[in-house]
Amino acid sequence: MDRFLQYAITGLSAGSLYALVALGLVLIYKSTRVLNFAHGDVATVGTFAAFALLSRGQSFLFAFPLALLVGAVAAVLFYFGVLAPAQRKGATLLGQVILTIGLALILQGFVVYVFGTEPDRMPFPLSDSQAHQFGPIYVSELSLGTLAAGLVGCLVLYLVVQKTRLGLAMRAVSENLMAAQTLGIPTRRVLAFAWGSASALGVLAGLFLAPALLLDPFFMLDPFLKGFAAAVLGGLGSLPGAVVGGLLLGTAESLAGAYLGIEFKKTLAFLVILLVLLVRPEGLLGREFKERV
Amino acid sequence: MDLVESWRDELRFARGRIVRVLLGVAVALAVALPFSGPAWIVRGTMIAITAIGVLGQNLLIGCAGQISFGQAGFLAIGAYAFAHLAGAGVPSLLAIAGGGLAAAAAGVVVGVPSLRLKGPYLAIATLGFGIAVYQVLANVPWLSGGRTGLSLPAPQPYFGLSRAAWLYCVDLALLLVFAGATANLVSSYVGRALMAVRDSEIAAEAMGISLMRTKLLAFAISSFYTGVHGALFAQFLGHLEPELFNLGEVLTQFVAITVGGLASVEGSILGAAFVVLVPALFGSARWAVPVFFGAAILAVLIFEPGGLAGRLRKARLYVERWPFK
Repeated sequence: MDRFLQYAITGLSAGSLYALVALGLVLIYKSTRVLNFAHGDVATVGTFAAFALLSRGQSFLFAFPLALLVGAVAAVLFYFGVLAPAQRKGATLLGQVILTIGLALILQGFVVYVFGTEPDRMPFPLSDSQAHQFGPIYVSELSLGTLAAGLVGCLVLYLVVQKTRLGLAMRAVSENLMAAQTLGIPTRRVLAFAWGSASALGVLAGLFLAPALLLDPFFMLDPFLKGFAAAVLGGLGSLPGAVVGGLLLGTAESLAGAYLGIEFKKTLAFLVILLVLLVRPEGLLGREFKERV
Repeated sequence: MDLVESWRDELRFARGRIVRVLLGVAVALAVALPFSGPAWIVRGTMIAITAIGVLGQNLLIGCAGQISFGQAGFLAIGAYAFAHLAGAGVPSLLAIAGGGLAAAAAGVVVGVPSLRLKGPYLAIATLGFGIAVYQVLANVPWLSGGRTGLSLPAPQPYFGLSRAAWLYCVDLALLLVFAGATANLVSSYVGRALMAVRDSEIAAEAMGISLMRTKLLAFAISSFYTGVHGALFAQFLGHLEPELFNLGEVLTQFVAITVGGLASVEGSILGAAFVVLVPALFGSARWAVPVFFGAAILAVLIFEPGGLAGRLRKARLYVERWPFK
């Protein structure tokens, strides 16, 4: 039982990061109907910005908010510069997916050019090895911080989306773009805000992942795929679904690693998703598809 | 003019003088290539191999509109099936067909969820398939040859050709067969059904197209092409490791399809040439390759959604109608 709890906690901590990534993807998908394949790479750019500032001797309090800002600005620039013109021209779903793949490739090459492919250690205020004991289980400082970051990220997003005027505008735009435009909501700016805040969430996940892994230009690939899987598991159109999907995926993965063997950890996530999708194609909390001809 | 007036026009292989001239130039280039040095033979071989896979994925993604990210998995299945068949002494052409068939069988299995899943949901399911194949290969040593990887017997060249030149001839011949087959397929009932499914599933079903048959067929055919691509790639390399078949391979295929032109045969070949030649162009500055790929697909989607094939078609029409616009 202790072992179970121990792995469940580790899984929840990883899952809260998947949830952050998934929240960003869902936010973007809900508002602009685009699957953002550059989400992981935007987070990488933000994390590397923090790394560059920290290695110049700047403090964490300065570097981390700036990193979130860098990610957000990159996404907003992409939205205004590329995506909005393409959507105005009536790009297809496939075309928009390919646009984000293009952005991902550009950012990837850029990070490799500036920072090289050698892995680095990311300095971080919380330690990975120092653990606190809660009854029978041990939790490292970093895991606690990660859980807290996940909670804070979800909470802030919830408050913004549900309790502010801006959030109301976001919900209106995602519900019916034309009607929102007619009502005088500045839809382009609201959508850009959605892209920016989603990318900031991704960077937040990246900042907490980097100290646990080594920092190299491809370190976000795996968490991005997991976040994507979590978003699909919960239902791409549902923000609570993303959180549920992320936490479920993280826990299931950690428990599978403990009881079935480490080599099945990565595959299991996708097997679970495949099974869930075969039973409920719209994801756990998603709405059923309806199509008009 | 590019006017199609009858079914016979539609079926004609090369319409118009300029197309024939261009085809002639392409064939002359392909024949002249082996005489221009070993580096170009290797590049030509890679273009032919890649083009076969891109043709297949263009059928699935461009014609049938099924966004699939499982290419790496099909490539790996084709490559490893070929390696084991060739290792058991099966003649190489049969082994290549075996690689394609193994991938096609996997394609049918992956195609089943596509009956219920759409767009992003299908993308994640196929992505999961690619990762699962990689994990199986990485964890089952008798399949993948363990840590040292799997070595293949070298193919025996005929007619006194060098090994590289022989592979070039075989791969080019196969590319011609596959390109011809694809051109025919696209203008047949099956191709039309694929496009109808892409444009509206409900409308296609109402017109009497079986969604299940069409989608499974799209996955089977495209995976067969990709399996053959994997088999030829294995034959070309002579050594296999699971790491070869990663997500980067999938992205490269998307770049090739987009830059070449969606749902176009000549576009697939041009796109394959693009993704093979650009890395050769940049040489040691490897970071520039993804940047150039990314910028190229952004530029194509914004300024010329038809890709290189669309540009070619416009140029041809311009020349044919010349004094008039």
